[in-house]
Amino acid sequence: MTKYIGKSVKRLEDKRFITGQGKYTDDIKLVNMAHAYILRSPYAHATINSIDTSEAKAMEGVVAIYTGADIPEAIAGVPCGWQVNFKNGDIMKEPPHPLLVRKKVRHVGDGVAIVIADSKAIAKDASELIDIDYDIHDAVTDPKAAAQAGAPLVHADVPSNTCFDWELGNPKEEVSAAMASAAHVTELEFANQRVVPNAIEPRSAIGHYDTAHDRYTLYTSTQNPHLTRLLMCAFVLGIPEHKVRVVGPDVGGGFGSKIFHYTEEALVTFFSKIVGRPIKWTADRSEAFLTDAHGRDHVTHAKMGFDADGKIVALQAYTYANMGAYLSTFAPAVPTYLHGTLLQGLYTTPKINVDVTATFTHTNAVDAYRGAGRPEATYLLERIIDLAALEMDMDPAELRLKNFIEPFDGVEQEGYVTQVALQYDSGNYAPVLNRALEMVGYEAFRKEQAAQSNGKLLGIGFSTYIEACGIAPSAVVGALGARAGLFESAQVTVQPTGKVSVYTGSHSHGQGHETTFAQVVADRMGIAIEDVEIIHGDSDRVAFGMGTYGSRSLAVGGSAIVKSVDKVLEKGAKIAAHLLEASPDDLDYADGKWTVRGTDKSVAFGDVSLTAYVPHNYPEGLEPGMDFSSFYDPTNFTYPFGAHVAIVEIDKETGAVKLKRFIAVDDVGNVINPMIVDGQIHGGLAQGIGQALHEGTVYDESGQLINGSYMDYCMPRADDLPSFEVDRTVTPCPHNPLGVKGAGEAGCIGSTPAVVNAVIDALWKGGFKVKDVPMPMTPERVWTAMQ
Amino acid sequence: MANNISITVNGKTHTGEVEARTLLVDYLREHLSLTGTHIGCDTSSCGACTVHVDGKAVKSCTMLAVQADGCEVTTVEGLSTNGSLHPIQEGFREEHGLQCGFCTPGMMMTATDLLKRNPNPTEHEIREALEGNFCRCTGYHNIVKSIQHAANKMNEATA
Amino acid sequence: MIPTSFDYKKASSVEEALGMLGDDAQILGGGHSLIPALKLRLNAPGTLVDISKIDSLKVIRDNENSITIGAGVTHAEIAASDVLAQHCPMMGQAANAIGDIQVRNRGTIGGSIAHADPAADWPAVLLATDANVIIQGKNGKRTVDIDQFFKGFFETALEEGEIITTISIPKTAFNRNSTYVKFKQPASRFALVGCAAAVEMDGGSVKSARIGLTGVSEYAYRATGVENALAGKALNADTIASAVSGVTDSVDVMSDHYASEKYRSHLAHVFVKRALMNLSYSK
Repeated sequence: MTKYIGKSVKRLEDKRFITGQGKYTDDIKLVNMAHAYILRSPYAHATINSIDTSEAKAMEGVVAIYTGADIPEAIAGVPCGWQVNFKNGDIMKEPPHPLLVRKKVRHVGDGVAIVIADSKAIAKDASELIDIDYDIHDAVTDPKAAAQAGAPLVHADVPSNTCFDWELGNPKEEVSAAMASAAHVTELEFANQRVVPNAIEPRSAIGHYDTAHDRYTLYTSTQNPHLTRLLMCAFVLGIPEHKVRVVGPDVGGGFGSKIFHYTEEALVTFFSKIVGRPIKWTADRSEAFLTDAHGRDHVTHAKMGFDADGKIVALQAYTYANMGAYLSTFAPAVPTYLHGTLLQGLYTTPKINVDVTATFTHTNAVDAYRGAGRPEATYLLERIIDLAALEMDMDPAELRLKNFIEPFDGVEQEGYVTQVALQYDSGNYAPVLNRALEMVGYEAFRKEQAAQSNGKLLGIGFSTYIEACGIAPSAVVGALGARAGLFESAQVTVQPTGKVSVYTGSHSHGQGHETTFAQVVADRMGIAIEDVEIIHGDSDRVAFGMGTYGSRSLAVGGSAIVKSVDKVLEKGAKIAAHLLEASPDDLDYADGKWTVRGTDKSVAFGDVSLTAYVPHNYPEGLEPGMDFSSFYDPTNFTYPFGAHVAIVEIDKETGAVKLKRFIAVDDVGNVINPMIVDGQIHGGLAQGIGQALHEGTVYDESGQLINGSYMDYCMPRADDLPSFEVDRTVTPCPHNPLGVKGAGEAGCIGSTPAVVNAVIDALWKGGFKVKDVPMPMTPERVWTAMQ
Repeated sequence: MANNISITVNGKTHTGEVEARTLLVDYLREHLSLTGTHIGCDTSSCGACTVHVDGKAVKSCTMLAVQADGCEVTTVEGLSTNGSLHPIQEGFREEHGLQCGFCTPGMMMTATDLLKRNPNPTEHEIREALEGNFCRCTGYHNIVKSIQHAANKMNEATA
Repeated sequence: MIPTSFDYKKASSVEEALGMLGDDAQILGGGHSLIPALKLRLNAPGTLVDISKIDSLKVIRDNENSITIGAGVTHAEIAASDVLAQHCPMMGQAANAIGDIQVRNRGTIGGSIAHADPAADWPAVLLATDANVIIQGKNGKRTVDIDQFFKGFFETALEEGEIITTISIPKTAFNRNSTYVKFKQPASRFALVGCAAAVEMDGGSVKSARIGLTGVSEYAYRATGVENALAGKALNADTIASAVSGVTDSVDVMSDHYASEKYRSHLAHVFVKRALMNLSYSK
């Protein structure tokens, strides 16, 4: 029955991209379009005494210049979409994030003025004539330092710069008691450093107000056009939603950074009406470094206790999480419900407590970046368990196998209830690790490692992870502070000729939805894939959508499509039964036709769809047409898992780390398109490896980002990486119709600690018993660890 | 100050005035509406803007349009001929060498330059040749395979 | 990434270019040092004089006593030069270590040394030859010994209104076997440390050595202490280890977030050693 599902169907969207016909926001030109340049604060923390735009305004070709004073008081700024209250019940501190600063700048890159001109060059030229007088203040950039007494305050009304504090799991006393009983306790203090998502397409937005229809259009590089419309209309500009169309055209990568509603989107929309022209803004890369929401930035202290057999008895974690200067859309959820809840990992740890303090700093906002909280949780667990193995002189693979949760399929056996508020859907953890050990040739490697004697140190590192994706059951996340539902919608329109248009709220920006979703629809309907078209990214064409993030598109968006397809087939069966003069219960549907069971009487899908639109001979009381919308709200998260293994070689003289091999065995549930899933894993691996070895922001004391360009911030290149060795096991998700779990983030979640553990292993085996080398593990840091 | 230039792009000669400060990439995108060539950075690092000038891969963000006066420029839009895809385009599709597609034109232009100089590159040589092109989606794994695919196809064709 | 406005003049000869150079004018060659700076508005000239179309600057010439490389020769052309590969292997090695293929296709050797980035590759390599830099100004040509060319942080012997036309390497320099090794700054791929070493052997001992270093200090320099320490000695692990100890003695070592002074200094020792060991193996 599956002609397409499970096959590596070549991507239907590729043709436009390989011929240069992709249409990204910056490729769009509108008639009479003006261009905006946003003048940004060069200081991390300063008070604006005065702004003089008169000389700039006089420049030929300048249309208008606006500052914070020109934004109506009623427009407070862009909102946060998730509320996490203090432990004591106090409401989360949520200072406004203004579209343009009025008085005080709070990070380098804070928007101060928008210059609108006939060309981007003129806008940039004019911006240099704006005269601003600043009083510069001290800044704080580290999330832990920000909470200490005497730290400069980011917002005067937020004491200790603390946005909220939060705790989850067993009571601390219980965890302490269990820890006290441990035969061995491994303790680790580390930073999960701040990284920059760096989608290669810089963010771009075009606002256009159409006077004839009193309607706005916003083209924007977004992962979720409807969510952007909802946030901008209802919470920022106060424009009715039906008067706004948001289009996310082709988008050049997101990785989380294009989920959020950004100030520039609201600025170009708002001012397009005032200046009476469409306005385009496109970020320069250096601007992207300063303003695209960053990821990670945790400072953590964790302890894990083991009994004499190596069974984990307790885990206690304290984390400071950097929010940046303002709360981005999902920022509070990342270190809490996407991080603390994952600290069970794959292990039977009976007592777990996680305590998080979120702080404001004079830095750009931090929010979800590929994995969002789950990489931080995985890093914490997997670093500490590998280190424990070294300290206890146990094999790190055996230590994990000893602690794994027993298999459960979520059908015959109940889902596993964790100490940190989740119930895993289905899992079978030993096979992924065993397969990875087989692929790596573990015993042979250990022999090679022991025999190594050429001035290089060899190391192997493991990471066995679980993540929660397919986000998310709306009622559950609502109870946890989400200010939105996290369902997805889909409309399936069967054309009279039997061709199918599918409108999905899941935006595709590299994930291959136009292919994967078409595979699902074509197989379920028994029609050719060429007869299916997937439409996304335009709020005027797609009724609603929550967008693409959290590896949710297939598990949630795909399930919504399946629901609509099933409604089509149900109605089709009624029409077919009428045409065949049979009961719908006596019909079978296969290969695009309904057949009366036990006979050769049949009617094809195309004849049924035509009848639905030309209903001359038609069931009484049945509506014409074949067009169904569905909303799918999942009943649980999905829980992909996997085992990653890295092999590294350290040059003892320079400290340079070479990643020699990377093995990933992932279980993402059922797989619709193996080629695309492998591609998602590869990309995630590169980002996770990038964090381990290459990437990380560097701020100076004054709050300047000193590596805010590709000349200074090290992006992984082709020659930094090996070819990856990937495989998978399949443990279907028991609670969605496709049995899929999600594959977008797995690579990024599992890989970082595997690489770091491999370096630590190499150092220990080489006689350098260090607990930690901070990420990114640059040659100097590794070399220093050996001195 | 305006400057008169004449540039042949994908076989078609364009004559007109540009500001001296106009970068070649902006000329292609804004003046000629050839938006397949992308801008991904401002430090000549990412390679998304790679085109061929007189047959050689260059970063069109690091060349003035006036410097391309009298030159032959090939962009991604000029890769396929008579409606049939170039082997490098086929390779990227067959081996899933692209996801979001933004770096893809630059990748393909660099790859074709490589294959011209070295028709049988090793994996190591391919990875080294891509050091001026960033991809954030694929981890480069399938880009390498795409280029190998194209090399095989081109070698079969000339065998 | 839009430069400020400027005028553009295209020169067809060095003489014409010299005539075009006035106040506030700068020379545009391959543009791979200048255009990035213009885009970030770190540099805002009134006029650019484009010398990239001057044919006489784009030639590598094999003369009787020297090899001359036009200032407008690209890194890729040097990498592909058979005559240089034969006589001076480090030239090709260094050319291929610069940037990426797109950069090498446009960037030029003259532009690189005129810019004198403290982490650029060519300065170290040329210091390890006995190169002369031929400079033309309104009052004629002058020749500057490469040892006198690099003066400081982004500072050279080039005066206002002058153009580098040629780098001339005497063939006597090719009696030395040579190599270039580099530890790249991982993001920019400029040299955190680059070492060019050229050694002439006389029987079993070093007759002469020239060692150029880049990325270490504010400008490229010759490790004369190491050169002298090697003279007359055999080239082996012991003599090399002993000779390299003084490699950073005469300079202030830079420090940044990629490499502290201590680590950079350590790398300088390691890479001089590796360069010399390469040469010892190839003997």
